[in-house]
Amino acid sequence: MAIEAVPKPSKMKWRSYRIEIDSSKRGSSWWIPFVSVLLALIVCGVFIAANGMNPLPVYKKMFMGAFGTAYGLTETLVKAIPLLLCGLGVAIAYRISVWNIGAEGQFAAGAMAATAVTIYFPNMPGLLIIPTMIIFSIAAGGLWGLLTAIPRTYFQVDELVTSLMLNYVALLALDYFVFGPWKDPQGMNFPGTPVFTAAQSLPVLGDSRLHLGLLFGIIAIVLYGFLIKYTRWGYELRLIGANPEAAKHAGIRISRHILLVMLISGGLAGLAGMAEVSGVTHRLMYGISPGYGYTAIIVAWLAKLHPAGLVVSAFLFGGLIVGGFSVQTIGLPSSISEMLQGAILFFLIAGGTISKFRLRRIR
Amino acid sequence: MEIVYQMLLAAISSGTPLLFATLGGILIERSGIIQLGAEGLMLMGAVTACMTYLQTGSLGITLLAVCGISLLLGGVHAFLSVSLRANQIVCGLAMTLFGAGFSAYLGKPFSGIPVPRAVPKLDMPWLESVPFIGRIFAHLDLFTWFSFVLVIALHLFIHRTSWGLHLRAMGDNPATADVMGINVQVFRYGYIMVGSILIGLAGADLLLVYSPTWTEGMTTGRGWIAVALVIFARWNPIRALFCAYFFGALDMLGFRIQLIGSEIPSYFLKMIPYVVTILVLMFLGWRNRNKPSGSPESLGIPYIREQRF
Repeated sequence: MAIEAVPKPSKMKWRSYRIEIDSSKRGSSWWIPFVSVLLALIVCGVFIAANGMNPLPVYKKMFMGAFGTAYGLTETLVKAIPLLLCGLGVAIAYRISVWNIGAEGQFAAGAMAATAVTIYFPNMPGLLIIPTMIIFSIAAGGLWGLLTAIPRTYFQVDELVTSLMLNYVALLALDYFVFGPWKDPQGMNFPGTPVFTAAQSLPVLGDSRLHLGLLFGIIAIVLYGFLIKYTRWGYELRLIGANPEAAKHAGIRISRHILLVMLISGGLAGLAGMAEVSGVTHRLMYGISPGYGYTAIIVAWLAKLHPAGLVVSAFLFGGLIVGGFSVQTIGLPSSISEMLQGAILFFLIAGGTISKFRLRRIR
Repeated sequence: MEIVYQMLLAAISSGTPLLFATLGGILIERSGIIQLGAEGLMLMGAVTACMTYLQTGSLGITLLAVCGISLLLGGVHAFLSVSLRANQIVCGLAMTLFGAGFSAYLGKPFSGIPVPRAVPKLDMPWLESVPFIGRIFAHLDLFTWFSFVLVIALHLFIHRTSWGLHLRAMGDNPATADVMGINVQVFRYGYIMVGSILIGLAGADLLLVYSPTWTEGMTTGRGWIAVALVIFARWNPIRALFCAYFFGALDMLGFRIQLIGSEIPSYFLKMIPYVVTILVLMFLGWRNRNKPSGSPESLGIPYIREQRF
């Protein structure tokens, strides 16, 4: 009697497929981000419809608000600046598998440092003030990043938890300053610092709100692309990202890299904070960030850490934030844009994995 | 004595949501899946509780709705991390971002409407005759009692039953567990969903027992503290109880210091739980620098049958 080793195919039909890694495929598929965005729009559309609204006019309003007018476009670019800088910072950390989700706090730290310069050195000469603000904000953001990196490298503390906890600490500190010692005495009790002088503000383009920060973002992106591709440091980062074990055996000091990368990552988010207070709001105020630091995570993921991709996805998500604000005029909460962001990330993860695997029929 | 008693009660009431979320996290992570979506799940649980309770007024329906939505979100997490073998860290982040945005969207019309105290208290006046401890336990609400039962039940389940053995095996070495005849995929789905329900209930508890109204982002990082608490508690339900109450006490400490009339601005007092979380994690890391942390050995590694990475 032979033992029946193979089950009958008809009975085991649901088992007759197998998911496995497709080794013939290199890189990842270009269409995934597009499909992810589309599917996220559909799913959120269902939720919006379930809430008694027709999703199509809502989306149209969002799209027109963000990209339909010249004003909307510059607003989108204005929002894209902090996303670009924070997203780049986050992306650099992800390169070596350091999960920095503290960009929000590092952003706040940079904004506070830049404002501190305007408050404690109000009469600094014009040419000196902006560079000083830049240096202080990068230093503060970088320091905030180091507060995550040091526990990670020397105490084996998960950087996810630390960086997130530090977000709350930084935002509480920001609240303390704008409600407390730095509050504008002429501000009618508005939780904000005094408005910056012209010398303390970044120059803007013509009549728009588009400011010099865009240049910071572009310079940083170009520098990132160059350093990663053509320098020894970039090579080491890529090696750590690809195979940390091999990197360790090759004599690369991973802990030192983590410290430096978090310093840079935080510094970029800090610079974004400086650009925002000096270029857009012209004062430090309560609720200065509509979650730039969190959106930056998705920006980095959508871009797959690629420099050009970062520019595109920062622009897209800038539009999503502006679009979110524009639906407020028809009585919807701007959190629609956050909801969409989360859904896009869901589909990105799913799509990224699906494209990496293939379904094979087992005979 | 009175102040100690007050502190203990306060620690329990603000620690209970943390405890629920931590227990859920322990269950999920014991099965080998990283759970970082606690913040989003708690927010979704809280907003669902707020909406259904204000509209129906029935605690039963509210709890059912919370369980339903948590099951759904847990199912998404399970599908992505178990079936699609996606990166579990990003998966959790997506859950948190989506939960924060979606709950803000849903909760907007209910923002600021006071929620009546829904959960009945289990009054046991006869307990008051027991010195000290009696007074604490005499007037706790049903959720808190449920959390006590849950701690003991989960402890016994994980450490004393064969199912618990399977769970631990699955978290440490899924391939071996598979060979032993445990359907790893199915059980991981199950544990993720049950754990998600517990985390959703944490949000419901926060809204129905602890906080007077729904506000956007009302969990203020409690989900993340729960993620840290899973590490403090070393994936053990009994330790989770003490850790959660310790953080509950820290949470309340700020309010107490303010009530006494201290000069320290409230913003700094509110930082205490976050700063202490980091410091405790650093202390644990330093103390256990050469020892295993007690985390499930395959935590975060997707399991694929017949395939090596």
